Amino acid sequence: MINTFTLDGMSIPFSEGQTIIQAAMAAGVYIPHLCFNPQFKPHGSCKLCTVKVNGRQSSSCTHQALSGMVVESNTTQINDERRMLLQMLFVEGNHFCPSCEKSGNCQLQATAYELHMMSPHFDQFFPDRAVDASHPEYLLDFNRCILCSLCVRASRDVDSKNVFALSGRGIKSRLIVNAKSGLLADTDFCGDDKAANVCPVGVILKKRIGFAVPIGQRSFDEQPISASPHPVMKEV
Amino acid sequence: MNEPAQPKLRVATTSLAGCFGCHTSFLDIDERLLELLKHIEFDRSPLTDIKHCGPCDIGIIEGGVCNAENVHVLREFRANCKILIAIGACAINGGLPAQRNHLSLAEVLEEVYHAQHGLVDGFIPNDPELPLPLDKVHPLHEVVKIDYFIPGCPPSADAIWKVLTDLLDGREPELGHDLIHYD
Ligand code: SF4
Ligand code: SF4
Ligand code: FES
Repeated sequence: MINTFTLDGMSIPFSEGQTIIQAAMAAGVYIPHLCFNPQFKPHGSCKLCTVKVNGRQSSSCTHQALSGMVVESNTTQINDERRMLLQMLFVEGNHFCPSCEKSGNCQLQATAYELHMMSPHFDQFFPDRAVDASHPEYLLDFNRCILCSLCVRASRDVDSKNVFALSGRGIKSRLIVNAKSGLLADTDFCGDDKAANVCPVGVILKKRIGFAVPIGQRSFDEQPISASPHPVMKEV
Repeated sequence: MNEPAQPKLRVATTSLAGCFGCHTSFLDIDERLLELLKHIEFDRSPLTDIKHCGPCDIGIIEGGVCNAENVHVLREFRANCKILIAIGACAINGGLPAQRNHLSLAEVLEEVYHAQHGLVDGFIPNDPELPLPLDKVHPLHEVVKIDYFIPGCPPSADAIWKVLTDLLDGREPELGHDLIHYD
């Protein structure tokens, strides 16, 4: 017998140990998410993937699928809450998309399009965050970090380098570079690292290729993120 | 063609701390402007040169707020327009002008008018007619209530057309995947 649960009324098959989002993705159903990437263990921090499981809210990237559970995702109430989370992420950082090299390939932006975020709604924080351009090949623009920890997980679990870490708590949380100087140039980070290619937004950027693909012809310009949540980015 | 039975809607537009790119994009609706003019007439706008906003159905504002005059104009629009639309990145999140928010105003003025290489005897302009700059640049919704937003830098003519025609037809404006852009 195949295990199934229902997601917005659809029957979704799953195998033992799969989370709700994994089973949904395998079935081709999009659940908005930012800190989840199918190649990594879940982090459960952004809460974009929140769904209702048998009436109670839970993160679908950490919640294991169980037979017969009733999951709601694409509802007005949940999407309103997701949009509000996005708006908070936008105002907490400095997201000036027109000058961002990641624009059009950015999961935060594409998710905001998907959820019809027409404005940031809240007051802008305009935080002061310095850029780290010390590395010859890569740039870190912390203004756009959403603290998803994907670079931390990639560097630690795949590259075995521990280049990145999250530091501080609450609104003071920030991404740091594990070097005495705090600078990327003083780590063994390199372009072949998984961590160099995992950031869903425009923080970890390869230098000198930023606009090789023009704005307007990028992955999420062509297809909404719901159609292809993790496209292979068109970058040289 | 018959005149529309309904009276024309009055529309005001202005550019605050913006570059007129959104207005240019608005004009990019090209010959649809003629269709639009069957249903609307312009009040204050760079297109009419009327200096103050009177009672209007729709106000469209490009640019954020960077000086005292911007605040007065924005409040005048809010007081007179039934529906206020913020158009473009600058109106919605401060945009390019807000990139100065990471510097002190004194530093910015000093650099632009005094210290910059090539300036001879530069001084910071102090004519009383000049509006005083604000400490920081702000998006419109931080100052007054905004009813609708058209994101983009600038939004495409099609996005602007879609929002205006939705409103004219009494629909809630909605931009699909092809029309919603922040860049
Ligand atoms: S990281 Fe994404 S949301 Fe932020 S400025 Fe860049 S494109 Fe925009
Ligand atoms: S730099 Fe990118 S991958 Fe790393 S925590 Fe920030 S947003 Fe996530
Ligand atoms: S994707 Fe599940 S909490 Fe971020």
